[in-house]
Amino acid sequence: MITITDLHKSYSPRNARGTTVEALKGIDLTVADGEIFGVVGQSGAGKSTLLRCVNLLERPTSGSITVAGQDLTTLGEADLRVARHGIGMVFQHFNLLSSRTVAENVEFGLEITGVDRAARRARSAEVLDLVGLGDRASAYPSQLSGGQKQRVGIARALAGNPKVLLSDEATSSLDPETTDSILQLLKELNRTLGVTIMLITHEMEVVKRICTSAALIEGGRIVESGNVIDLLNTPKSKIAHALFPLGESRGEPGNTVIEIMYAGHLADEPIVGRMSREFGIDVNILGAAVEVVSDHRVGRMRLELPGSVESNAVPIARLKDSGLYVEVLEGAL
Amino acid sequence: MNINWGVMIPILAKAIGETFQMIGIALVFTIVFGLLVGVLLVSTDEGGVYEAPFGSRRLGAIIHAVLGFIVNIGRSLPFIILMVVLIPFTRLIIGTFIGPTAAAVPLTIAAIPFFARLVEIALREVDTGLVEAARSMGATRGTIIWKVLLAEARPSIVLALSTSVISLLNYSAIAGTIGAGGIGDIAIRYGYQRYDNSYLFTTIIILIVIVQMVQLVASAVARRLSHR
Ligand SMILES: Nc1ncnc2c1ncn2[C@@H]1O[C@H](COP(=O)(O)OP(=O)(O)OP(=O)(O)O)[C@@H](O)[C@H]1O
Ligand SMILES: [Mg+2]
Repeated sequence: MITITDLHKSYSPRNARGTTVEALKGIDLTVADGEIFGVVGQSGAGKSTLLRCVNLLERPTSGSITVAGQDLTTLGEADLRVARHGIGMVFQHFNLLSSRTVAENVEFGLEITGVDRAARRARSAEVLDLVGLGDRASAYPSQLSGGQKQRVGIARALAGNPKVLLSDEATSSLDPETTDSILQLLKELNRTLGVTIMLITHEMEVVKRICTSAALIEGGRIVESGNVIDLLNTPKSKIAHALFPLGESRGEPGNTVIEIMYAGHLADEPIVGRMSREFGIDVNILGAAVEVVSDHRVGRMRLELPGSVESNAVPIARLKDSGLYVEVLEGAL
Repeated sequence: MNINWGVMIPILAKAIGETFQMIGIALVFTIVFGLLVGVLLVSTDEGGVYEAPFGSRRLGAIIHAVLGFIVNIGRSLPFIILMVVLIPFTRLIIGTFIGPTAAAVPLTIAAIPFFARLVEIALREVDTGLVEAARSMGATRGTIIWKVLLAEARPSIVLALSTSVISLLNYSAIAGTIGAGGIGDIAIRYGYQRYDNSYLFTTIIILIVIVQMVQLVASAVARRLSHR
């Protein structure tokens, strides 16, 4: 649905003394149809710049951006405006017009596309129902809570039936419960409407809750990307480690410490118990986390096995054989 | 004080009529051109919707600089000097420089830059996020100016307008001294030159009442328009 190829964006200096900021340094990214794609990264990594390039709010320095089969970078201004009707956008600070009621805000995009009044009214009522705000149509944004404002923002973005929804930190100014309900809503809309969502966040929790795929951006480059479940089974994945922080407990010297990652049906199996039974060893659990990531139960565990890596070769091989990702952190000292 | 109302009332009524006439005419032009200049000042600035008209950033910068320069000139001349300087121009377009209609010319020229700067401030207060949201929805520049910038700034613009009306009232009194007529003229001619304090005080009261009413109405309208 979205294909980004060799995208560069630099900001030229405002005056002679300034330096050029290279915000994006060659981004390649594909967001498949119907996905919820999360882009994570530290502040200043280039997340917002990347997202704003997708609907060309920011014109790339070079590279191409294809949305729904159309290369946006080749479009003239008028065609670009039309293309934007098919790409909804949600903002951290909602960006609702204070002079308009909730319904009028939702209708704004339809006004731009020239939909007549009656049809606008009907459509705004429809999408407001969808986001659970059917009864607040005539309120003004200032009369709503943050979560409700974001629902209006989402309704506005959806009013024109876009194929793609872009979200820049949509939940970052909301409290945890409200964040939860907005994430649920996005997931629900993705499921029922089939809208592809590309979202930016600095909270791993958001990725954990709703994303099917994710990419990590560092210093303007994508350092990791892919299906979340696949990432969890990828050795040394930074995203996986960020999703599952296990603490620093390292075990006794001379013993073997391994980390295992498991997803899907394996998460339901009593791995540790079976291992100690099968091989007669005392397995010590140093850390463990089991969570639901994009509707899959996945877990990560740090285990301490008595003795050297060599002496544990057979149990480790057995774990790998059963489909688990196993990483050996330290062997006998 | 011994006031002859029978004489005074018609004189004052005529003067109030003249004041309203010159301010009214000036106000119409001030609103139209002040809004236009204010919008241009904001939109041709860096980051504005017309920062690069016809694709040229240079052109945007030039328009912005020239407009700002002219506005500053208008703002830097004391009204009385502006009025004198404009006499040939006023004569050219009205045929005379005496009377309320003629006075509307310098009043308009003085009020446009003043109102335009206030409009500029009001438009700059509109959150850039709103413009960004409109752009993301595929809005044209015109839509952004009308439905985002001007629509959101309406309460501030109404207040800016009342400030401008009050300034115009102030200027109109000065205009009165060189033949425009109006309330200021009465205050000077009867109050100052003839030492008739009853005229002086009555005109002061009238001016105070007008200013209070303008401000009251503007504040009420602004409050109604504002949903922040
Ligand atoms: N308009 C601009 N002009 C100059 N530099 C900019 C501009 N916008 C962004 N940058 C620079 O580009 C880099 C990436 O910024 P960006 O806003 O994309 O980061 P981000 O990942 O969204 O950060 P955050 O999590 O804080 O929002 C930063 O170094 C920033 O200073
Ligand atoms: Mg950002």
